Amino acid sequence: MRSYLPDYELVTLASLSEALALMGREPGAWKPFAGGTDLMVLLEAGKLPHKKFFSLWHLQELRGIRVTPEAVTLGSLTTYTEVLSHPLLQQEFPLLCRAAAETGGVATQNRGTLGGNIANASPAADSPPVLLVYDAELELVSAAGSRRIPYHEFHTGYKQMRLAPDELIRSIHLPRARPPRAHYYRKVGTRRAQAISKVVFAGTARVEAGVVRDVRVALGSVAPTVLRCFDTEAALLGKKIDAVTIADAQAALAAEIAPIDDIRSTMNYRRHVSLRLLEDFLRSSQGGNGPSA
Amino acid sequence: MPDRIVGQPVARKEARDKVTGRSRYVDDLEFPELLHGATVRSPCARGRIRGVHFEGSLPWGEFTVVTAKDIPGKNCITLILDDQPCLADTVINHPEEAVVLLAHPDKYLLEEARRSVRVDIEPLPAVLTLEESLAQKEIVWGRDNILKSIAVEKGNVDDVWARADFIIEGEYRTGAQEQLYIEPNGMVAVANSTDGVTVWGSMQCPYYVHKALVPLFGLPENKVRVVQVETGGGFGGKEEYPSMIAAHAALLAWKSGKPVKIIYDRAEDMAATTKRHPSRTRHRTAVSREGKLLGMEIELALDGGAYATLSAVVLSRGTIHAAGPYLCPNVRIRSRALATNTPPQGAFRGFGAPQSTFALERHLNKVALAVGLTPGEFRRRNFLREGQTTATGQVIREKVDMSRLLERAFELSEYSAKVKRFAEENLGRRVKKGIGFASFMHGAGFTGSGEKYLASIVGVEATREGRVKVLTASTEIGQGTNTILCQIAADTLGLDCDRVEMAPADTAAVPNSGPTVASRTCMIVGKLVESAALALKQTLVGSGLLPAQYTPEEFAQACTRYVEKHGALKTFSQYQQPPEIQWDEENYKGDAYGAYGWAVYVAELSVDTLTCEVRVDDFIAVQEVGTIINPVLASGQIEGGVAQAIGFALYENVVWHEGRMANSQMTNYIIPTSMDVPRIRVYFEEVPYAYGPAGAKGLGELPMDGTAPAIVNAIENATGIIIDQIPVLPEQLMELLEVSRA
Amino acid sequence: MPDEARKVDVACKVNGRDHSIRVYPMARLLDVLREELHLTGAKEGCGEGECGACSVFLNGQLVNSCLIPAAQAHNAEITTIEGIAPAESLHAVQQAFIEAGGSQCGICTPGMIMAAVNLLERVPQPNEEDVRVGLAGNLCRCTGYTKIFEAVVRACRQMREQVRA
Repeated sequence: MRSYLPDYELVTLASLSEALALMGREPGAWKPFAGGTDLMVLLEAGKLPHKKFFSLWHLQELRGIRVTPEAVTLGSLTTYTEVLSHPLLQQEFPLLCRAAAETGGVATQNRGTLGGNIANASPAADSPPVLLVYDAELELVSAAGSRRIPYHEFHTGYKQMRLAPDELIRSIHLPRARPPRAHYYRKVGTRRAQAISKVVFAGTARVEAGVVRDVRVALGSVAPTVLRCFDTEAALLGKKIDAVTIADAQAALAAEIAPIDDIRSTMNYRRHVSLRLLEDFLRSSQGGNGPSA
Repeated sequence: MPDRIVGQPVARKEARDKVTGRSRYVDDLEFPELLHGATVRSPCARGRIRGVHFEGSLPWGEFTVVTAKDIPGKNCITLILDDQPCLADTVINHPEEAVVLLAHPDKYLLEEARRSVRVDIEPLPAVLTLEESLAQKEIVWGRDNILKSIAVEKGNVDDVWARADFIIEGEYRTGAQEQLYIEPNGMVAVANSTDGVTVWGSMQCPYYVHKALVPLFGLPENKVRVVQVETGGGFGGKEEYPSMIAAHAALLAWKSGKPVKIIYDRAEDMAATTKRHPSRTRHRTAVSREGKLLGMEIELALDGGAYATLSAVVLSRGTIHAAGPYLCPNVRIRSRALATNTPPQGAFRGFGAPQSTFALERHLNKVALAVGLTPGEFRRRNFLREGQTTATGQVIREKVDMSRLLERAFELSEYSAKVKRFAEENLGRRVKKGIGFASFMHGAGFTGSGEKYLASIVGVEATREGRVKVLTASTEIGQGTNTILCQIAADTLGLDCDRVEMAPADTAAVPNSGPTVASRTCMIVGKLVESAALALKQTLVGSGLLPAQYTPEEFAQACTRYVEKHGALKTFSQYQQPPEIQWDEENYKGDAYGAYGWAVYVAELSVDTLTCEVRVDDFIAVQEVGTIINPVLASGQIEGGVAQAIGFALYENVVWHEGRMANSQMTNYIIPTSMDVPRIRVYFEEVPYAYGPAGAKGLGELPMDGTAPAIVNAIENATGIIIDQIPVLPEQLMELLEVSRA
Repeated sequence: MPDEARKVDVACKVNGRDHSIRVYPMARLLDVLREELHLTGAKEGCGEGECGACSVFLNGQLVNSCLIPAAQAHNAEITTIEGIAPAESLHAVQQAFIEAGGSQCGICTPGMIMAAVNLLERVPQPNEEDVRVGLAGNLCRCTGYTKIFEAVVRACRQMREQVRA
């Protein structure tokens, strides 16, 4: 334990509104603490400069998965275990379940939360690329009220996000009622389980008679933030999936991503794998719709 | 008489304690008035210490502070060359070198303090790689950076090149590997000048620690006591390193007058303690048209880190295993261990043999290809047989049949059929399958005269109640020492295994049976247990208190009568080298090991060419290791060793920044999880060895030697890519695949 | 020295017994169990939630206790290796580990057993893949996992027979 524990505070508040009131009174002084799977690692390593936290874990207002005809709304404290075991998510948002299954092991999945993952803003996060391809919207809440923001506008730079010091992520909305589409997810990690990703690829596509009618592509670990690849999508929309289209899309992707060399992998590897996963995604979507890789 | 106990899958002696969480490891021990200890380490690789500064506003008066000046005796961790200080005094030779020790009752405040001590170092140019050391960019050790050199000469290798039909060269590299025992290093010490020093901790070799503490404190031997407690894995990583952490805990205890506990966290353990020696091996091989080895010239270089520690012995084993289980009439091996300014490397299961076996088994596939033979056929034409000589001129007196092991391994793995099938099916497929093998041997026990020098002693004691205690310093570290030594004693005495137990590995209570290393515990120490137990039986029978054939009840009664009449009933046995073993240390010739384990391993894997991830799908391990004392424990050793070596081949990469391990967390130093390892299929053949207990030899290190080359041979089989260094990470494989496509 | 003023009261039930302790709010549950309650079965292998040697049940869920701050254990029910079977008896998984040789050095064993018990409670008839996934958060360096799988299969069979009986 490389942090001086006596300096740290972790308070428990009775309700969400009390938490928001605290944040409103002293913006930035108190930070939220959800499952702790990221923050406790930093604490252990002596890399947690912030000392005052309030616990979210017991706040029921942030839990639960609500289903309406229009959307699935996941409370920000939804854990990976809860995602994994939800029949509707398995059915309509299978990539979210795939990502949850590949996040750590069972013990991590029981404590890791979607909101915590989003707020931690790691560019290598496993679920956020999936949220991007599912057109997620975040509901942010403060003592002053609430607002919604498309998730693809949320992250603005490495560990920077459109979240005010007095705001909390309350929930994640996933719009439903879309025509069937192909889903594709691949996390390339350092091993088959309990791995930080080297590349994360999420994609959905609606392909009719070989032509791309609708497409979403998002990647992790290849930029300072998780990345929704609009240019790559534009290079695909309305095109027939063939060798030329794939090459064009790969060129667009290569220009959009900015992988680096780091302790886990290399820029070259990440680039190569991203381009190949894009190709694999497109080829597997050609045949029609329904979950593939 | 009960049935034979040797050969039975007797449940591990301490299993119940382990599965209930009752086993007490060092960090589970509680002491009154305990202080926690921490180590302040050098941030840089080489330099002169200008000063130590205690900064921040901490209550420094509450802390116990130890530096080199506080060492009562010799500032040295005694091992072989005695070049490693316990605490750096004026110079730094590697990152993480220990400089200052601190102790305090509050472990959180202690951490604050550790952060607040600044060691001011004037940097000196450092040597950080094998190449830099060989090139003598700087001299950082001795006169020439060479910690040790060894030369082996058999026949006349200079004559073969002219008449060879093929000459094949190759260079092979292996990286550092972290032992990653799941329990980090830890020690508790109590020390003062009146009572002496006692340490309890996680270790493999209590007597090594004892030998190191005696001169450090300038105490007589009987004033130093070392007790091994339940140890959560060692693999060599707790062979010599514990002497260092024990010394640190003891110095703090000595100065403070209180018990001191030092437990490393994972980051410190990974960055500061020993790892497997990185290696570079160069081969030059002369072969005849018929595929017979005419001559081998091998050059082995190991990176030993900043101090000698065990490099001489790792080099020795690496050297002797470099030419493998093959008949070659002319061999030259030149090996060197080099110093670099990195934390000293040390023992890790295999101990030089995994490095040189990787090189050899990769190289011989290259040789086979050049000659136009399959890898299997090439091996068959060159396998050593009984009566033939090794590279050191040792005549093999065992009934070894490597061809049979090869055949069996091929059969079990469906090797030939798969080679054919994969070649056909791989065309146009994204996921390519491959199969590869390695054939190898591993010498059991210390090299040459090593066992004679150790002169191990083992005792067996029978209590009044007829219970038997085995007295050895051999430690249980998960491999099954407790159980098999009890089985051997029980078997010899005709008792049930639960009438026999191990005495604690406490230097105050047990004789020095040598270190728990080198695949020697079963073969060497077990044999001594057998002979000591036999002597005990003979004492009872000879005293007239026990008939030659007896029941367990009669045994108990005889013990009662003996103890009442004569006092303690204890017998000892000391190692005697079998007369046939002749070793010339100076010329490196003769009988390097009393016995060898022989093996052929086959790896079957898939390479996803999209990501270049490799997954081992099946693994067959066939070996002949003498009589199996306990089949569950024995196969457990092979399975675990194979998994560690899968890590060595595919996952475990030490990332070095300025001589320091940058990826010193489990998140970034990757060992296989349950998802990454197939069921490992283990098969034993048993050819009893006359000098082993019930005919057993050693097997603990064997699986570490052949697994990595089998895997890399399989990757080549799957992809056609020739890779000559490990770990094979997807990043490297991808670069090579791209190059081959272009 | 310990700063008592900065500690908080935590009440929790561990292995069926109620406890009331004063600890730093961010103290790791692992340390609270080991140091305050002297339950040393849960081990520290990595301090970063990678190895699973610290696994316990928190309100019925498998968690890495090195990542749980004490304040979040307030009013929680915790089960450790010491509490998965009553008094001197053994859980089927523990018995199976003994028989199959699933434990070598033993340091990963308490956590591994917690993970195995968790698996079998949720998936009574796991296939090989289920077992691998269920144990993927628990690292072992000694066994290569083969005998751990065998132990889980054995325990599964045993638990099925117990249910039938």
